[in-house]
Amino acid sequence: MASSAATPKDLPPAMLDVATSAADWVIVWPIALPMVGAAILLMLRNRTEWQAPFSFAILIATLLANFSLLQTVFAKGPLTMTMGDWLPPFGISFTADALGALFALVSTVVMLVVVLFVQSEVEARETKYGYHPLMLILLTGVSGAFLTGDLFNLYVWFEVMLIASFGLMVIGGRKIQLDAAIKYGFINFLATTFFLIGIAYLYGLVGTLNMADIMVKAPLVENGAIASVAALFFLAFAMKAAAFPVNSWLPASYHAPDPAVSALFAGLLTKVGVYALLRVHLMLIPQSHGQLQILIMAVAVFTLVLAPLGALAQTNARRALGFLVMGGIGAMMAGLAFGSSRGILGASLYAVHSMLTMTALYLTVGLVERMGGTSDIRHLGGLYRASSPLSILFLVLVFAAAGLPPFLGFWPKLVLVQSGIELTLAENSLAVHQWWVVGALLLNSILTSIAGSRLWAHIFWRNGREGRQSEMPNDRIKMLDRRGTRWGLWPTAALVALIVAIGLWPSMYIRAGIESANDVTRSSGDYVTSVFGERTQ
Amino acid sequence: MIPTQAQSFSMLLVAIAPFLTAFVAPLVKRFVPQHAGWVLALIPASIFAYIFSFIDLIAQGEKLRFALPWIPMLGIELSFYLDGLSLVFGLLISGIGTFIVIYSGGYLSGHQHLGRFYAFILMFMGSMLGLVLADNVITLFVFWELTSITSFLLIGFDHSRQASRRAAIQALVITGGGGLLLLAGLVLIGFSMGTLDISTMLQYPGFMAEHSAYLPVFILVLFGAITKSAQVPFHFWLPNAMEAPTPVSAFLHSATMVKAGVYLLARFNPILGGTIEWQVTLPILGGITLITGALLALRQTDMKQMLAYTTMASLGMLVMLIGAGSKEAILAAMLFLVAHSFYKGGLFMVVGAIDHETGTRDITEVSGIAKELPITFFGAALAAFSMAGLPISLGFFAKEEIYLIAKTFEWQHWLIAIVALVGNALMMAAGAAIAIKPFLGPRIATPKSPHEAPLSMLAGPAILAVLGIAAGVFIYQFGDWFFSPSASAVYNHKVSNHLGLHFDPIPLGLSIATWALGGLIHWKLETVRDILRRIARVWTWGPDQGFDQFMFGLVRFADWITRIIQHGRLELYLILVFVALAGAVYAPMVLTGSIPPMPDVLPQLRFQEWGVLLIAALGLLAVVFGRTRLVAIVSLGVQGFAVALIFLLLGAPDLGFTQFMVETLSVVILALVMTKLHLDQRDNRVFEEVIRDGGLALVCGIGLTMLLLAVLQTDLDTTLTEFFTKTSVPIAHGRNIVNVILVDYRAIDTLGEISVVMTAGIAILALIRIRAGGPKRGIGAIKKAVKRATSSARKTRSAS
Repeated sequence: MASSAATPKDLPPAMLDVATSAADWVIVWPIALPMVGAAILLMLRNRTEWQAPFSFAILIATLLANFSLLQTVFAKGPLTMTMGDWLPPFGISFTADALGALFALVSTVVMLVVVLFVQSEVEARETKYGYHPLMLILLTGVSGAFLTGDLFNLYVWFEVMLIASFGLMVIGGRKIQLDAAIKYGFINFLATTFFLIGIAYLYGLVGTLNMADIMVKAPLVENGAIASVAALFFLAFAMKAAAFPVNSWLPASYHAPDPAVSALFAGLLTKVGVYALLRVHLMLIPQSHGQLQILIMAVAVFTLVLAPLGALAQTNARRALGFLVMGGIGAMMAGLAFGSSRGILGASLYAVHSMLTMTALYLTVGLVERMGGTSDIRHLGGLYRASSPLSILFLVLVFAAAGLPPFLGFWPKLVLVQSGIELTLAENSLAVHQWWVVGALLLNSILTSIAGSRLWAHIFWRNGREGRQSEMPNDRIKMLDRRGTRWGLWPTAALVALIVAIGLWPSMYIRAGIESANDVTRSSGDYVTSVFGERTQ
Repeated sequence: MIPTQAQSFSMLLVAIAPFLTAFVAPLVKRFVPQHAGWVLALIPASIFAYIFSFIDLIAQGEKLRFALPWIPMLGIELSFYLDGLSLVFGLLISGIGTFIVIYSGGYLSGHQHLGRFYAFILMFMGSMLGLVLADNVITLFVFWELTSITSFLLIGFDHSRQASRRAAIQALVITGGGGLLLLAGLVLIGFSMGTLDISTMLQYPGFMAEHSAYLPVFILVLFGAITKSAQVPFHFWLPNAMEAPTPVSAFLHSATMVKAGVYLLARFNPILGGTIEWQVTLPILGGITLITGALLALRQTDMKQMLAYTTMASLGMLVMLIGAGSKEAILAAMLFLVAHSFYKGGLFMVVGAIDHETGTRDITEVSGIAKELPITFFGAALAAFSMAGLPISLGFFAKEEIYLIAKTFEWQHWLIAIVALVGNALMMAAGAAIAIKPFLGPRIATPKSPHEAPLSMLAGPAILAVLGIAAGVFIYQFGDWFFSPSASAVYNHKVSNHLGLHFDPIPLGLSIATWALGGLIHWKLETVRDILRRIARVWTWGPDQGFDQFMFGLVRFADWITRIIQHGRLELYLILVFVALAGAVYAPMVLTGSIPPMPDVLPQLRFQEWGVLLIAALGLLAVVFGRTRLVAIVSLGVQGFAVALIFLLLGAPDLGFTQFMVETLSVVILALVMTKLHLDQRDNRVFEEVIRDGGLALVCGIGLTMLLLAVLQTDLDTTLTEFFTKTSVPIAHGRNIVNVILVDYRAIDTLGEISVVMTAGIAILALIRIRAGGPKRGIGAIKKAVKRATSSARKTRSAS
């Protein structure tokens, strides 16, 4: 992507003279396809029967594009395409490194499963009012956030994502949804606003919005205000990621919409916050990491410990899951707090695991809800006898979430524990404090397995509802009908199969994580070169 | 010998094959319902045969390492290490496992979830085999936790009973929790030694003892071992785990899983052993566990509970011996390990058979059934014979070897020998009770009329009992094959085989003392039990109750803390967010000392600028103190207009006009929403709240302003501005730079924002058009049903 000066006289070099090769266009497809798809589906909104197949087709195409993007990034390193052929940093660049491409791919997988699952529960009126377009717009926002190379553009994708998720949250129109949407909306709008303020200040300090350019210029800033700006970013993204103590919106809202929508949110939204944290604090303004490290450690420890306690306190299964999602955020925060390349590896592996596992857990509990008629565990019971496939799925996922081997969650946990212990052996002032984080990671696992096995014992093992009828068969169980089995159970089972398979053969998964961590730590190396070309830097 | 790829693969298969079989087990059960146990037992039997084929090689002192790549990037291999220790464990697991699978077919015959049971127990077997064969510590840990998970499923197999569910969760919490500490220990040792392979670590004995990380490693690994092997004070899960069906108790909670902790200690003895910490902690823990377990066993009348507590005692014995660490102690530990697995596995199956055939397993309710169950009696008698350590059973040689420790005449070793003596005598009394009381004496009526158990339930106890004697008879041969190689592996030096019938006054004397004491206790068993029960009535608190209190407290605590942080009140969440904002802005400024100087602008302000500032300030005051929300909204608009005026004054008319539009529209829309939706217009906040909210807003606003001033200390890098100014007209063909930025330079942002507006439109449309959606398919049906019922009841009432 070399630049040149083939422009009229007296003018600075302005345009790229080498057009982006057709193969490199692969970076925009994961964003463009769902966006265009959403637009078309909106136009066809009265053809409800077309919506699902069409969005499925779009998602398959997006998935292929993501695959090919990830392959390209693995083979050639970060890939950049600047919009309108303006020279970076003047135009907006999309830059995909392994971290972004990996997350974008996993998001699409999650979305694909959820769109199938939606078929088991969606109602015609919801389809008519834009269920599928909203989902595709959400994916557009998520992929855009993962692939953009421009900080303000990242904000735009945050907004796209936020408004689409808001739409999905209210689309059933039930009272509980509106109540949840208000909490969700207020706090998330505030978070994006803080992000915007942070961008403005950072622009004041470095005079650019292009991420690669920030990477070059931020280390030269000698103004102490950059620490406050970094803290502002941290607050905004921590709110997005639902880290303690600014986590309250997540447990207050994720149980309200349809199971499929909660599954989607649990899988994708918080992870975008984590992604932004990794990107901004470790790549763009790495000097802030040292200043904030002790704070991030504290946030990680509290989130890790308080989240599973929250899960333990709940009697509503879906609310409990909300807390488990948060617990995972704590683990990713731990990776961020470590900041070493192993820590980043752990965080990015955990993010992938969390996207897949949490989505699957919500879907599974959605099926439980459908069979048992409620998500209150006191009124559930007897599902072990009624559906052994469902009980297996649930147990596997609970253990995966707790990070017990050989399930998927174990590997990121292992890497995080390793990186924490590695740092305790290092010679610096924080070495001893790292034990707190390691301890919290382990405590999180045990508390999560207590909470998870308690849910399992209530929902599946116990024969009947709590109270007097607890040992009598639960008479309120409705077996899944054909639609529920075909579109509900099978996609969930397929996702769990994927989770188990990755857990048993994790070498590809870990390789992808290592590539991502490399791209983040080798900051201002390959990433910057990919944007500005060899000569300018 | 370096194994080939194919051999490595077959060693992997040893651990994997049971899992694969587990998948087809329910199918096998469906097609051959009567003989599924016999068919499935072929798998463990062939694993046994395969491991057995290495016996000569290992006996010669060979050590084999099999490795397949798994996660090369993290240095984790699927590697297996076969030496004397893992061979003995592997054979015990697969051998006893074979009989257990057969036994399950008889014991649970006709149970609707028998297929599932086979699957669980085979999965457990695979995990256990993987655990003892693993060379890579991470691989070891994977299998370690798998045994906890499968044991969770097996203990809770009888899931409709509350006690089983509780026991299952308890075992998972204790062993799983210990496992996580073990993980930290293993990772730490991995970093300290620079390798994850046990076989490599074994080449540097004594390295860790000198290392600064020794103590944490020792403590962490110890916690893993003592939780798994049910040492005091973590022993209580083991007796509770007896809620599981008897085959599970016989296999997991006596012969194999609970020995995993012992295996771990034995495996790490060369790496972590030999230090003061090791030699003091382990014998003390083990000794306490031995005596506690043996005493608690005598208190019970449930035969399964008696066996469970003697198992706990035996585990204590093993830990104590490994802690002692001398050559004799290690050899004794290996002998005791095998002897215990034979007789205890057998006795559990015997008790299962009694339970199955008579309908009770209370020792006071069964008597004189030897005639009806002759083969079971035979198995029980031989097993108890070995348990009592009578010559020339395997138990006898184990005991002799334990007492050989005393020959060094050091007081610590004498103490160990005495503790072992008491423990042995107590266990002997319990074992004798189980072998004699139910079978001999007068016949009393039992819930079911007893008759001999089926062949599947006899094969195991009978063969294990015979083995316990046969191993004693051929002790030298067995020593060559098993005990010397395994002890050598634990001791890390050659332990020569000196086993045989020797006359040695000290051990023999101690043995005779054991028998005498054991016989006495057995004779006075009722009295002893009575005394122990009386003590139990006074001393009611134990770690088992402690566990319940802990769990209860944990849930209460969780509830309490969650109610604090998740109170559900939006305005408090928002306050928290703004406090965090203030912290994020101020704290770094204070800490880095970058508080900006107060700019000297106020005197330079011109008249009209003072006016604008005044308008803004008035607007803000009105927002804070406005009585109704409508006033506040309008006042906010006033303040916005002031900002727009500043834009105008500073020469940005576009921006100014946009701001006017935005402010006007916001006020209009907000006011419309307020009035049309009939929202409460009054501001219900009391004065303190007004001050709190207003003050917080002020603090945040000042903070952000100060930050802006600090940022302005740096000169703005104007590269972008200059570029836009130069290229806007000639290249982008537009004279209004703001517009050109919006539609050309940064057009993709605009596309995004347009999507946002469109999406907001869809969301609002959805919100308005499909209001008040009913519950989804099925969900909430209960509530509806209840509502319908109550309303119809009300109707009937009003009608009457």
